[in-house]
Amino acid sequence: MTDRPQALGGPILTRPVRILLALFAVGAILIVWRLGAGLGATTALSDGYPWGLWIAFDVVTGTALACGGYGLALLVYILNKGRYHPMVRPAILTSALGYTLAAASIGLDVGRPWLAWKVPMYVWSWNLHSALLEVALCIMSYTVVLWIELSPAFLERFREGPEGRLKRFSQKAYPIVNKLLIWIIALGMLLPTMHQSSLGTLMILTGPKLHALWQTPFLPLLFLISCIAMGYAAVVFESTLATSFFRRRPDTDMLAGLSRAMLPVLGAFLVLRIGDLAARGRLALAFSADRFALAFWVETALFAMPLVLLLPARQRRDPGNLFRAAMFMMLAGAVYRFNTYLVAYRPGDDVHYFPSVPELLITLGLVALEIVGYVAIVKLFPIFSASRQTAAQA
Amino acid sequence: MSVDRRFLLKSFAAAGAAAAAGGTIEARARAVAPADALGLLYDSTRCIGCKACVVACRQANDTKPETQNSPGGIWDTPMDLDGNTKTVVKLYKSADGYQRSFFKAQCMHCVDPACTNACMLGALKKREHGIVSYNPNLCIGCRYCQMACPFNVPKFQWSSAAPKIVKCELCRHRVAGAALSSVGGFSRYPASHGPACAEVCPRAAVIYGTRDELLAEAKRRMAESPDRYVPKIYGETDGGGTQCLYLSHVPFGDLGLPALSDQAVPDVQQTIQHGIYQGFVAPLALYGMLTAAVFRNRKRAAPDDDREEGGRPS
Repeated sequence: MTDRPQALGGPILTRPVRILLALFAVGAILIVWRLGAGLGATTALSDGYPWGLWIAFDVVTGTALACGGYGLALLVYILNKGRYHPMVRPAILTSALGYTLAAASIGLDVGRPWLAWKVPMYVWSWNLHSALLEVALCIMSYTVVLWIELSPAFLERFREGPEGRLKRFSQKAYPIVNKLLIWIIALGMLLPTMHQSSLGTLMILTGPKLHALWQTPFLPLLFLISCIAMGYAAVVFESTLATSFFRRRPDTDMLAGLSRAMLPVLGAFLVLRIGDLAARGRLALAFSADRFALAFWVETALFAMPLVLLLPARQRRDPGNLFRAAMFMMLAGAVYRFNTYLVAYRPGDDVHYFPSVPELLITLGLVALEIVGYVAIVKLFPIFSASRQTAAQA
Repeated sequence: MSVDRRFLLKSFAAAGAAAAAGGTIEARARAVAPADALGLLYDSTRCIGCKACVVACRQANDTKPETQNSPGGIWDTPMDLDGNTKTVVKLYKSADGYQRSFFKAQCMHCVDPACTNACMLGALKKREHGIVSYNPNLCIGCRYCQMACPFNVPKFQWSSAAPKIVKCELCRHRVAGAALSSVGGFSRYPASHGPACAEVCPRAAVIYGTRDELLAEAKRRMAESPDRYVPKIYGETDGGGTQCLYLSHVPFGDLGLPALSDQAVPDVQQTIQHGIYQGFVAPLALYGMLTAAVFRNRKRAAPDDDREEGGRPS
């Protein structure tokens, strides 16, 4: 019993949490307004830009940042690096919260959410040509898969809790979940492979409306590769923050290893990204004097930054440097996604989009709720491994 | 090198092959318009911009006039297609003002539409006569059709809390069981059962009929007065072909019609999707491999067992 996860304990409604809850309250009021008044009154969306912040950030970027669980599962269960196992639970928790947030945002973004239940249920109406149908079904099922993957943490606490129905249920359910977990974990690797690549495939259908520097048949592969790097970065980021906020001993060894795992992934992305443009003779577009070339270079520079920061082995021992590299990596993936979904999407000459204040505040409120959920769950349930707890906590 | 690593490499190679299939797999079969595909032929040299078609469309589809752009708010002046306007007539003027042309916009009723490929539950679907039809009961308002359409045709009712997608459906609701018969070489419904815009046009600048009839008519007009037209029928092959066709005396790009290759717009995406997901074999195989790998490695990764496996990555 060297490294069992343990609930961190401590008060939940701290001052930062109360501030976050206030932010969410603002978002919640605006959500009610959005549902009552419609999308036109509350968002900057238009027939030219039918997809905006909620799709580009909450769904496309948010789920990629929530790929820590996926990336770690690949390391632990496929590359067989068991030493990362203590990081899996916190990563799965962030992933579960991130995907739940994305699902909620889709619910707000679609114009007719009261019919959304038909997407999984109307099997006979499924359009099997629709990449979006695949994304929708995958995101729905992966959200469920993530909470099942996390459920042992809840069951572990309840089966040791006070007598009652919950305790009896947890005692009975725990071994069942444990047995099923192999199938669930494998599903937890298959589904992100499918839909994270399909998030790239989606934009292929926009054809000439997507600028030639981004429009490529390799969009699915580029999205898949970058989401893995973003997932590792998100784990490093979140782990570093958790270490400082909850005053735990840093896992620098493990974070260094994870950061190193980012390198080949990043390298593969850059080689494919630039190689594809060169092979199809589109690299010249990167040197024209327009905003697309600028967006391309900002994006590419952001991808190169973590590579520069992490390449020297000595620098991978510096927690501050790891944190910076992780931030650049997350930003790079986010900018790539924003470019593909908004900046390089050109429906016509006179159409522009910048998110409205309600759009921004609703996204902010949902992210705030996600952080509150994270704090509450790590304090109440066994998520973090006990061995990193400092004396101050115990 | 452990067994697991070899296993991993093989799995990734398989996944990579599936992902790369987009580049190598044979393109999907080219869609062909059904023999009874109905469409419109718009001839910019005949159009006088009277907008009778816009008014007829409003009456036939029960849409409200858009008066907010006119002085005093008294004229119906839609600026473009929108959530309340299924067809619109626009004026193109060259920079020197010398060359002018009207242009009528509405759904192109593509032979192989991007929107119907995008739509999750088939709310947009090609139905009778190849008409791209909308069924709101299957629409959750995701607006992927708007992202996908190269002509920016499907519009959304942004101001509504229960919005729908709005686009031309070639007045299919007016058919009401009426039969097509041949009138002067064109397939026609009895009066007020066909597309309202074409029925009302005083100059035959927009006419309806089957795609084959319209193509033949367009070619006839071009052969009759070759100097009058840009030597091309827009929609014959553009974007894989459309059921609504255009003749023009100014370049089609100036009218706002996008330059599309002969390849159907959904071709690239569908070829990749089909390459990866054909018969769901690749995902199932990958799932099998993943499960096997988890089965092998999970014991060693259990939290109670801190054993180091393989080389340290750092």
